[in-house]
Amino acid sequence: MWCVNIVSSMSDLEHTGQRAINTVYAGLGRRYAAERRFRLYGMLAVLSGLAFLVVMFTSIISNGYSAFRQHYVQLTVEYDESRVDRNEPAASDFEGIVKSSMREMFPWMSGRSDKRKLYGLVSGDAAYAIRDRVGDNPSLIGSREALWVLLDDDADMFFKGYVTPVRRQLMSSGITLALEGEKAVLTGDEAAFEVIVTAVRDHLQAQLAVARKEFEDMGRLLEETEAGGDRDEVVRFKAKLESLRMQISGLQARISSTSLNEELGSGMPSFLINLDGVYIRINAITATGVSGVVFAEDVTGLPTIFDQWQLVTLEMPPADRRLSDKEIVVLLALQDRGQVESRFNSVFFTAGDSREPEQSGILGALKGSMYMLIVTLLLSFPIGVAAAVYLEEFAPQNQWTDFIEVNINNLAAVPSIVFGLLGLAVFINFFGLPRSAPLVGGLALTLMTLPTIIISGRAALKSIPPSIREAALGIGASRVQTVFYHVLPLALPGMLTGTIIGMAQALGESAPLLMIGMVAFVVDVPQGFTDPATVLPVQIYLWADSPERAFVERTSAAIMVLLGFLITMNALAVVLRKRFERRW
Amino acid sequence: MKLKTFLMAVAFSVSVLGAGQASARDYISIVGSSTVYPFATVVAEKFGRSTAYSTPKIESTGSGGGMKLFCGGIGPQHPDISNASRRMKKSEQERCAKNGVRDIVEVKVGYDGIAIANSKRGPSFELSLKDVFLALAKQIPGPDGKLIDNPHQSWKDVNSSLPDSRIEVLGPPPTSGTRDAFVELAMEGGAKRFADLKALRSARGEDEVKGLMAKLGIPMSAYNKKGKKVFQAVAHAIREDGAYVEVGENDNLIVQKLGDNPDALGVFGFSFLDQNADKVQGSRIDGVDITFESIAKGDYPVSRPLYFYVKKAHVGTIPGIEGYLKEFSSAKAWGDEGYLADKGMIPMPVNEREAFGSDIQNLRSMSQL
Repeated sequence: MWCVNIVSSMSDLEHTGQRAINTVYAGLGRRYAAERRFRLYGMLAVLSGLAFLVVMFTSIISNGYSAFRQHYVQLTVEYDESRVDRNEPAASDFEGIVKSSMREMFPWMSGRSDKRKLYGLVSGDAAYAIRDRVGDNPSLIGSREALWVLLDDDADMFFKGYVTPVRRQLMSSGITLALEGEKAVLTGDEAAFEVIVTAVRDHLQAQLAVARKEFEDMGRLLEETEAGGDRDEVVRFKAKLESLRMQISGLQARISSTSLNEELGSGMPSFLINLDGVYIRINAITATGVSGVVFAEDVTGLPTIFDQWQLVTLEMPPADRRLSDKEIVVLLALQDRGQVESRFNSVFFTAGDSREPEQSGILGALKGSMYMLIVTLLLSFPIGVAAAVYLEEFAPQNQWTDFIEVNINNLAAVPSIVFGLLGLAVFINFFGLPRSAPLVGGLALTLMTLPTIIISGRAALKSIPPSIREAALGIGASRVQTVFYHVLPLALPGMLTGTIIGMAQALGESAPLLMIGMVAFVVDVPQGFTDPATVLPVQIYLWADSPERAFVERTSAAIMVLLGFLITMNALAVVLRKRFERRW
Repeated sequence: MKLKTFLMAVAFSVSVLGAGQASARDYISIVGSSTVYPFATVVAEKFGRSTAYSTPKIESTGSGGGMKLFCGGIGPQHPDISNASRRMKKSEQERCAKNGVRDIVEVKVGYDGIAIANSKRGPSFELSLKDVFLALAKQIPGPDGKLIDNPHQSWKDVNSSLPDSRIEVLGPPPTSGTRDAFVELAMEGGAKRFADLKALRSARGEDEVKGLMAKLGIPMSAYNKKGKKVFQAVAHAIREDGAYVEVGENDNLIVQKLGDNPDALGVFGFSFLDQNADKVQGSRIDGVDITFESIAKGDYPVSRPLYFYVKKAHVGTIPGIEGYLKEFSSAKAWGDEGYLADKGMIPMPVNEREAFGSDIQNLRSMSQL
């Protein structure tokens, strides 16, 4: 604005002489530049703030959106009378039912460790789901039905693409299948197995590069030792160098050979061939084709010539992932048969905490937060409003009230962990209230939010013009009547805004709760104010600390829920202010 | 007017809630080590789901913090069980006794290995405990045998067969049980490889200890009549010049940071290595790979036992404690192929399992430490 003034006042300057205006002109460019720079800084500050916000939201949402879906598997459950006791169904072996159902589907997973892997693909929740189903419908005993149950977190992670990238290619160059016991030999033309051949060559190239590097290092080391003159070392290094030379020439020969004859190493991606639903894992490649293990029970009925087949590449080598080839074949087979389904993750919103990611939910923490906020609101709102009204409207202006005012302002700046310590010392150790209860959490947070509410309440009361009070007093109202019938209703929207912001602060707080035992593993959803509970921010902290990979997405999802609540509360505060606030 | 009734209602409800508290607790309260936490929680959850009892509440307070709460006294406001990633200390047992907690059942549950790992993108390390000590100790024996401030900057300085990369180890802070075990097992183990330090550890009597201290150049202000204490002060001191970075108690954070920085090594529990085998690789220590089997057999040098302690006076008054103990000591939990093994805990050998199993069954109190 002042720039415009300067420009307009320039005409006056013209009369007083050229020298002044020249000084102004000379400085003008610099001043304009300074102003532009200042605006630019401001814009940059806003933009970088926004950029950080965008980065935060993208990272949270991209990590967390997949947690809102969960994969289910369909099992054929047999409520066999030998397993389910009619008189006491709860005591039956429901895990056995799940296991036998899986075994029936995949009889070729037969070894002890294979069976463990197979059973591990279904969530431990399946047995409880069946128990509840039988408990609700005892008439099912003796029958069988198809039931959708939760998949284990590792399997769920596989379908969400976190375990390994899976590439499926439909191949249309014909191949012939020959079975030699467990082993399957597939023969076909060059084009059929080109992908595998390339991968094997790449792998050999990588090995070659490593060996060459080692060869060079060894050569350098040998030179150094020769200069030093340690005979034994020199002999040893020379032998090593020679063996490396052999290794390199061997690798070179293998790479350039036209008829490859290689075993597939463990550092390589896994290749699976899908022949009409039967999976073969490739172990070796020869000049004429590939050979591997059949992952299926009975393949005698399989045709020997295939015009079309599918090549499935699991890009991550088996050693680097949590699921073995066999487990993945089981999952792929289930998917082919349509027995895997992705559904909305309702468990996440209806369950309490759990150590199994697929069974964990935020309802417990959500209810804990709710109970705690109720306590905080019920205590801090009336106390805060009463304190604000008294201090603003009734208290005499003297040193005492000044002292109190300064202390309230100081209290607002006290780190929240201090309130936790206070809560521990007073509410738990002195009054003997239970640890980990929302009641104690609410009390501690009341102390924290009180100053916020008192300060905003006083500001709201201050903004009411004296004319309102004078008018009320003028027509004969008492001071209490003036405050409660005229001033307070007008100040309430402002006070509510302060309260909601204080509540939002309390909702996001975790430090004071650490001291009073609310950072705890609580499975049961709290049913009251004295039940053990956690709150949303604590749940996020606990999940972020858990080793299971699937908790990563759940952590982000819980953050999204918490942010959702905070944004809603703040939006409510804005709406209240916009609707009810009056300006004088 | 309305405000008044409102305030009264609040006061009333709060007093009612407070009064309701006097009655006993109906759930088990467990506190203690953050290392045992992931295992205890699994057992608690299974116990809660398969029985009519409430699911136990478990707080992760650290071993020391847990013991403090546990030894606070008898009664529903005090926890029933305390987890620990080390044995109970004599001082803690005395504190317990002073507060009336006399009969305590000690249960060892299994073992945990501490991994020294780095990103899969980096070279794999083969370390000896001596290397670990030489790389991370604040003071190491110099060429003349006297202690000097650790001069090593690169792993190659420590041992010429190691890669030439800067020493940067991410690990837990001193409040963590993992750190306690790391300094006790790895750092002490490494320090013992030096003859003078080893002699100091077993030295007794003023002349012997002072003589060794002079030889090592340790100031006499650090004198203690037990040579072991002086030794521990040397072995437990981790350098503070940036080679060892404290990352907080969150092992996941360490794993994440290792992924971003292929040159750094990290110190964390085996279960995190197990879960992140696609991202990080454990170093071989003293020629032993960190695997489930090597820890179980006791070959891997940096592993520690895990415990929990039960307040006998609460058995019978707090519902479900016997059931929880039974669940924990069942073969499907702590057995060789139990669900705790799936979560990364290393089971005890059969004879140890049987011994502690019978302690649980008879609720045998631990003896004076």
